[in-house]
This record gives sequence, C-alpha cells and structure tokens, in this order.
Amino acid sequence: MRAEENTLEKVVCETGVEIKNADGLHMRPAMQFVDVANKFECDIMVSNDENSVDGKSIMQMSMLAATCGTKLKIKAEGADAQQAINALQELVEEKHFDEPTPSGQKER
Amino acid sequence: MSRHQAAKKNVRIWQKFTMEIKKGTAVSPGVAIAKSLIIDSEDYRIPRRSIKPTQRMIEIQRVRNAFRAAGDELAQLKAEQKTIEQRKIKDIFAVHLSFLRDRNLRRRITDLVHSESVTAEYAVSATLREIASNFAKVKDAYISERAADIYDIERRLLKQLVGGKREDVEHLTEEVAVVARNLSPTQTAEFNKKFVKGIATDAGGRTSHTAIVARSLGIPAVVALEDLTETISGGGIVIIDGNRGIVIVNPDDETIRQYEEYSLEFTELGHRLDAIKEKPAETRDGMRITLLGNIEFPDEAEVVLQKGGEGIGLYRTEFLYLNRPSEPTEEDHYQAYAETVRVFKHRPVIIRTVDLGADKYTQSKRFAPEPNPFLGLRSIRFCLQNLTMFKTQLRSILRASVLGEVKIMFPLITSPQESMQAKMILHDVMEDLDEESIAYNKDIQIGVMIETPSAALTASTLARDADFFSIGTNDLIQYTLAVDRGNELVSTLYSSVDPAVLRLIRTVIQDAHKAQIGLSVCGEMASEPEYIMLLLGMGVRTISLTPPMIPKIKQIIRSVTIEDCNNVARAVLGMNSERQISSYLRDVTRTILPEAF
Repeated sequence: MRAEENTLEKVVCETGVEIKNADGLHMRPAMQFVDVANKFECDIMVSNDENSVDGKSIMQMSMLAATCGTKLKIKAEGADAQQAINALQELVEEKHFDEPTPSGQKER
Repeated sequence: MSRHQAAKKNVRIWQKFTMEIKKGTAVSPGVAIAKSLIIDSEDYRIPRRSIKPTQRMIEIQRVRNAFRAAGDELAQLKAEQKTIEQRKIKDIFAVHLSFLRDRNLRRRITDLVHSESVTAEYAVSATLREIASNFAKVKDAYISERAADIYDIERRLLKQLVGGKREDVEHLTEEVAVVARNLSPTQTAEFNKKFVKGIATDAGGRTSHTAIVARSLGIPAVVALEDLTETISGGGIVIIDGNRGIVIVNPDDETIRQYEEYSLEFTELGHRLDAIKEKPAETRDGMRITLLGNIEFPDEAEVVLQKGGEGIGLYRTEFLYLNRPSEPTEEDHYQAYAETVRVFKHRPVIIRTVDLGADKYTQSKRFAPEPNPFLGLRSIRFCLQNLTMFKTQLRSILRASVLGEVKIMFPLITSPQESMQAKMILHDVMEDLDEESIAYNKDIQIGVMIETPSAALTASTLARDADFFSIGTNDLIQYTLAVDRGNELVSTLYSSVDPAVLRLIRTVIQDAHKAQIGLSVCGEMASEPEYIMLLLGMGVRTISLTPPMIPKIKQIIRSVTIEDCNNVARAVLGMNSERQISSYLRDVTRTILPEAF
C-alpha cells in the first residue's frame, strides 16, 4: 500500500540465486515461487541469460526451465522490494523448495 | 480436423456439390441417411475459426468464464483429495490451479483472440499447445514431461468451452448421424437413441466400445474412416452404410434415392429374420442351442426378448457409473437389475459385476491416467480395492435374485485367489443380509469370466470353485495377441481365430465340460456369422450376443448340423495360420449358407 502512495519513491532491489534442488525449477517449485512472489506488491522480474520473465506468472516462470545449477537474477521494483527479494532468496537457496539437493541425495 | 479447411471445402462443395465416398470398417448393420452432427472428441482438436471483430469481446468473456469455471472445478477436485496417498495429486491440482489463476497466461490468450480474431477455444488451444511444445523441447526429462500438465489444463479449459456444445447430443430435436474422430463410452452412452440414426468415426475397430454400443442399440455404424472428420462439414447430408462399411459425404440425389430403396430392403430382410423369432435355435439334427443377449442398459432387455433371446448372458453394469456426478446408490443398482429381471422372469439373467477401468473408466474423475490402463487397476481388481462400492453392487444383485433367475459373474479373473476373494466378499454380504433378514437366493450361481490367458490356462482349477464360465473373447484376444482392439494401426492383427486364441478357447471348453459346469461365450466372436459353426463344433452350446444379431445367428444354427460343425472345428484346429483359418471359415460359411452373406 505504501508503494501506491509513494509511487515516486521506487525501491529497486536485485539479487542472484542458484537453483539447488535436484529436479530444478519444475512445476511445483515454480508454483511455490509464484505464490511467494504474489504476496508482495512490487513487480518481480526473473531472468536467466536469455529471457526475462514475470516472477508472478507460473506460466512464465516454469518456461524458464531452470535446471539444477542454473543461475537466475531476481529483480524487484516497488515499496516492499527488499522483503520480496529476501523471501524469494530464502525459498530458492535455503529451503530449496523443500526438495532434495544432489549432494543431499548422495549422502543418503 | 480443421474446420477452417472444412469451411474452405464447404465453399468448394457449394459450387460443385462434390460427393465423396469413404471406406471404413462396418461394425453395426443398417443404413442411415441423415444430417451430420460433428462432435468433438475428448482430446479436443480445435480448428482455427475466425470471428468478426465485433464478436471479439464475447469470445474474450468466454475465455474469462472458462478460466473461472475450470478453476472452480479444480479447486473442488483438489479439496476432495484428502488422504496422504492423494497428496501428490493434490499438489498437481494446486499447480494447475496456479496456472488457471495466472493472469499473464489468461492475457496471452485474450490477446490472441483480440489480435487474430479467433474463437476462445482456438486461442486457448493454440496458446497452451505452444507452451506445451516449449516444454517438450527442454532437454531435462523432468521438465519436458511437464508438457502433459499443460495438455491437461488445456483439456480442462476446453471442456468448459466446448462442453456446452456437447449437450447437443443429449438435447437433440432432429435425426442426425454422429460423426466424430473417436467416441468415448461416456459420450456414446449419452446419445439420445431416438435421434442418433448412425455413427461414423475416424478411429476404432470392430470391437471398440463405439462398435459394441452401436450394435447393441441397433444403430448403423462405420469406424476406422481415418480422416472423415476432415472431409465433412457439419449439417450436410451423410449416408452411413453399416453393411458395407461405407460413408458417403454430400450424396447426390440419385445416390440418396438408391440408398433409400436399399435401406427399405434391408429393413424388410430384418423383418423376415424376425419371423423366425418363435422358432427354436436348433440345428437340423436336433441339437438345441441357447441364445442369450448381451445388454448394456435395462431398456435393452425388451430388445432381447423381441429378437427371440432366451435370457441375458451378459448384463454390463458400467452404465450405472457413467453419466452421473455421484456413485450410484444401492437403490439405483437394485432398480436397474429388478427392471431387467422382471422382463425375463424365470429365464437366466447373468449380471456381471462392474468392469470399470481401462477404456471404460470415467476418466474425468481421475487426474493422472494410468500409463497402461489395460494392465492396470481395472475390473475385478478395481472392485477388490474399492470394497464399499463392490459390496453395494453385490447387495443389490442379491436382493434382486429373489425376483427371477439371477446369476453373478466376476470379470477379468486372472487367478483362483482372485475368484476366491470375490466369493468371500459375496459371502460377507450374504451374512449381512441374513442378519438384516433380507431375502435373497442362497443358491445363486456364481460364474467367472474367462478373458485372460492366465484364466484360460488355469481353467481346470477355476472350475472347482465356479458354477459356470463365460468366455469373454474380446479381452481374451487382446491379452493373448497383445493387440489394442481400438487402435486402427494394429487392429488388423486382432483376430478371433488366431490359432493361439482358439487353443485357449478349446482348453476352457474342455475344462468346463470335465468339471460339468456351465459354459457360454459372450464376446463379439459369438455374433460373427462365420464363427458360429466353429464354436458349435468346439462344443459351445450357449451363446450370448448383441441383441440385433440374434435372428441371424439363429438362422445359421437352424441351417447346419452338429456333424458339419464338428468337421469344421476339426479342420480348423489342425490349421496353423490365422489367414488359412479365416479364409477356410469364410468359404465354408458361404458354401453351407450362401444366403447368410
């Protein structure tokens, strides 16, 4: 809501993340990503080397077809941009979508 | 098919009235001359159709409505997945729901409607297929397989958009000939029999479900026409010749006139055959054969009686589960059985417990189709895993057993254990009824359908625990020869008289005779004129077949002697090639019964 009031005061945040879960950014992780992204007011763009897509659209996110090890850039623009970036980074790199990572599988 | 192409073609026809003759496989006799009604198949191949720019807003609204309705439907399905095992399905539904709520996706579709002036269904189909093909290109297998999800979302949306049109088939007001790429059992079961005069499909074979239903309803049908739906445009006159396997698109006046005459002759022949209704099915040397009818719906019982059938040898009960939002109640089952049993009073009515699964399953209720449904959870296996549903059916069959001579038959048995398990459950239900003092026939006969090679090979063991066998040739052939009977690419490999099949059938007949239990044949093979002598010669004395064929088969029985039949069987069982056997049988039947062809 703050963003609407202060449209001039645009916060832009950016970060790089790496997909760590073994199966990559398939449907369910893409959905989790979009669900988190949609909790925020700010615009969210996600890009790999070739494309830049809307981080709030599951169609576009899943079409990135990011496999394990892919590096993505997340860019958020709006009042709550920083919170959005933090939440998304945590989902991708720390929780890695609650899925096993390749090293995790090897340990077993 | 492409309606766009069809539209162009339509213009051409408009100029030249080109008549086209297409050849397919005749699967249900009779002639239909009617307006064609093209119905979309379940995989919805949507033609590109342009609209007037003024109509674009309407189409865009249709897209939005479809997203909303499909989303609601999915949310409900998702909520129904409650158990832990269903969690995966729930996850998948959640993903699909996420797509249906993706504004970006919806905008891409509405933008297409706007920029190209195309229909809602085309925009949905084109967009989602493009997305799916992008997935399919990804090298990572895990991701590329997700294309299937996109197709499922496409189907769900199209069901909303096209589904309304499908009601056409239920709410017909004039006679039509239904033309489709393929028909699902659900679609065929929805037909209003009064108005559907003929069926023609691109796909299918002699024993596809479409063919079976068409024959039992007495509707002329031709299948395996390959590209008929691409040739035809809806609304024009079409002739379906279910005797010769021909479909004529845009027939000229002379052809229509000839066919009207032919159709009349055919009906008269039918009447002549009906005249032998009162005469017994007895060979010239006095061997009495029992002819029973296969039915799918209770109202077909009357047809069996009219055609001279002496009972029901196969009462399929899947119809109770199709076309309805919820599972049938015990009362639904009971009413359906009671209605049929009352028609036959003290003549046998063999009720087959539900044979859901594989091609007959109400697929829309299922999210992920089994990769190999014919080898999957179907038929008795499905029942043994869904005991509440199974017991409800058994209870109502038992309750109906006091009204006449009801018998129970278990389908797709593959081992003695399975048949024992089914019987144990039946006994549980009997005990329940005893406790509640509800009457039933305690000596009800229990039979086993022999329709898998394993059942045929262990028939001697199965016979110890069964009152009768019924050979279901359709599945027996499919499982023995590993041929999908509905797949036109391999359907020519499907044959009732393959030596492998005949050896299995012979084993079953011999084992049934040794154990002195009842035996009948209820597959499609039993309604093929050229196989009758062979079956009689192999020792079959009870045949259950599609009702409209009863008079013709009776006529054949009445024109042969058992001695002729024995000779035919002896000759055939000594042959080693399917081709040799079929041509021999064709020749023999033509010599002995020239009038049958």
